[in-house]
Amino acid sequence: MKELTHNLKDAAAVAFVAFLLFGPFLGLQLGDSPQGNLTLSPRPALLAIAVGLTFIARLLMLFWHDARGRAKPKLKVAAAMQKSGKFIAPALLVFAVLLPILPGIDNSYIDLGVLIMTYVMLGWGLNIVVGLAGLLDLGYVAFYAVGAYSFALLSENYGLSFWECLPICGLLAAAWGIFLGFPVLRLRGDYLAIVTLAFGEIIRLVITNWVALTGGPNGIDDIPHPTLFGLSFSMAGGPGTFAGFFNITPSPWQRDAYLYYIILFLALMTNWVTLRLRKQPLGRAWEALREDEIACRSLGINLRNTKLTAFAIGAMFGGFAGCFFSTREGFISPDSFTFIESATVLAIVVLGGAGSQLGIVLAAMVMIGVPELLQSLQIYRMLIFGIALVTIMVVRPRGFISTRRPTVSLGKPKIIAAELVAEGRG
Amino acid sequence: MAYALQQLVNGITLGMIYGLIAVGYTMVYGIIGMINFAHGDVFMVGAFIGIIVLTALAGVTSVPLGILVALILAAALCGLYGFSIERVAYRPLRGSFRLAPLISAIGMSILLENYVQTSQGALERAIPAAIPGGIVLMRQNGFIVQLSWMQMAIVVVTLVTLAIFTYIVTKTPLGRAMRAVEQDAKMAALLGIDTNRTISYTFIIGSALAAVAGVMFLLYYGVIDFYIGFNAGIKAFTAAVLGGIGSLPGAVLGGLLIGLIEAFWSGYATVAYKDVAVYSILAIVLMFMPTGLLGRNEIEKV
Repeated sequence: MKELTHNLKDAAAVAFVAFLLFGPFLGLQLGDSPQGNLTLSPRPALLAIAVGLTFIARLLMLFWHDARGRAKPKLKVAAAMQKSGKFIAPALLVFAVLLPILPGIDNSYIDLGVLIMTYVMLGWGLNIVVGLAGLLDLGYVAFYAVGAYSFALLSENYGLSFWECLPICGLLAAAWGIFLGFPVLRLRGDYLAIVTLAFGEIIRLVITNWVALTGGPNGIDDIPHPTLFGLSFSMAGGPGTFAGFFNITPSPWQRDAYLYYIILFLALMTNWVTLRLRKQPLGRAWEALREDEIACRSLGINLRNTKLTAFAIGAMFGGFAGCFFSTREGFISPDSFTFIESATVLAIVVLGGAGSQLGIVLAAMVMIGVPELLQSLQIYRMLIFGIALVTIMVVRPRGFISTRRPTVSLGKPKIIAAELVAEGRG
Repeated sequence: MAYALQQLVNGITLGMIYGLIAVGYTMVYGIIGMINFAHGDVFMVGAFIGIIVLTALAGVTSVPLGILVALILAAALCGLYGFSIERVAYRPLRGSFRLAPLISAIGMSILLENYVQTSQGALERAIPAAIPGGIVLMRQNGFIVQLSWMQMAIVVVTLVTLAIFTYIVTKTPLGRAMRAVEQDAKMAALLGIDTNRTISYTFIIGSALAAVAGVMFLLYYGVIDFYIGFNAGIKAFTAAVLGGIGSLPGAVLGGLLIGLIEAFWSGYATVAYKDVAVYSILAIVLMFMPTGLLGRNEIEKV
């Protein structure tokens, strides 16, 4: 009984705070009078609903908290999760490979799959910088933009195809990674974060304002779609197209499935390179750098090269993804490369549990897939996105996959808690 | 000469607003070591509370009184916003993974932006100039250098706010507690300082300063929308880092510098690239002074 009154009082206090917070925004509505002046109209019902919901939510949270406090923590669940984790990755892979030919999958789902895979790839690329080397990069979208614009400009001005441009885009992005990495070698923590953010903004602003080269805010359109050994996926059919060559009727499904397999291949390549590198001296140096920079330096690891390769390889995959993005969309503009993109990719990496490859896949599915399925909610979509981001972080601060398998170990590797993995100070 | 003087006046006004926001960033960073990405949006919320209060007070004839009420209400409500944001999004994450509060803050920022957008609409909202006119400082070849009353009011309000704030930080028990927690939270807790409460106060004060900046921004430009927080927040954060994050005078200095760079770059080079100039100067300064202009060097412990 005492508990109940205490909880009720607490919830009432929270509801009062909510009343003050929501009052000006939900309780009042700015509008324009016919004379062009601002007017205010009250919305008491909306305010009452919001405050009431806050009261109920707080009360339920308190009861849940009390109940959980009495129950014993379930270690078995965690152990079972860990065991099943071994099967989740192969199952997901099989699902991903078969997705376009599964029954009941129409083009909108393949499109969604392409979108999610793009973010999985970006997440895996950024993971090299943030998760492995422990360098906080808030401007990853810059490399995505470099890749996208490289392909758009090369195809527009020199008529190069997607497959010719793909390596060039990766190289250019990697070069930018090194170029932008140099000035920040000495910076740590939040200084590094703000400078990478600033670089991301600089690149976006230059793209926006350099109208002669990039078309400015209008962007570049008519970017060619990728071809399969020279066969295009034109809906017209006929000779020189995929459908014409194989004597089948052309359908949008063929093009979408082809795009899907390209990004699946690129993403899996990112994953494979990351996993291989982690076993090699370079990857180990990254992880050592994240764990302890001073020890690293004392043991003769070249910090400059280690950091720069992390930036360059991370950027390279961002460039590949950007190249793919521009060929898929057929149109790019600076609006696609805002800070919110960097933040989304970083959120995917952290939400997945920085450093975990599988976690990033799960996080990308949640972060990208769920908002896309909520399209019908329109303007409330981003609101829900924000609430979800805060909630997930508060509930699972170490991300979805909060255990790690050490890269190197004496004897059989033991799974350790993510708390034991340093997060890097770079 | 006259043109340069006008840019100087404009730059200082803008810089004062940035400085006020930057102080909030730097305080939070100093005390719990996290980038409060939602701070720029608290500034935006402050500006919106300002416009709502000013609209509600449309019948009041005394303009200074109306502005004062708007400032106080915005500061109080934004203080409450800061307090709630810290309780909901940051406190549960204290002491955990360093990136977790960062992502939570980005989520909070998206949440606040869309909360204001969905509740008050995505349109730009404009108010008529509250204090029109000003004094003419100089005339040269037909170019008039004007110091508007509004600019003077902004500088005066900012200086008064900063004076109150400096008094709180340097002279009161709360300020002592804040500085103690900033230096060593664990030791401060051992000596009987309620660190949680001190951190809450830090957020309240920082958010109130941002709200004052928000109302000033509204009065200066007369136009706001739900998205102003992002740009102002990034600029103010840049100011805080430029001055040396964690240093309070550094934040104001950084804010002034960024305001001046922006004003002079827009005046003498291209307006389109003014933000590029700001970010480039930030990168160049940090290359040579990795902890900002007034920042302390971090001691590396092995």
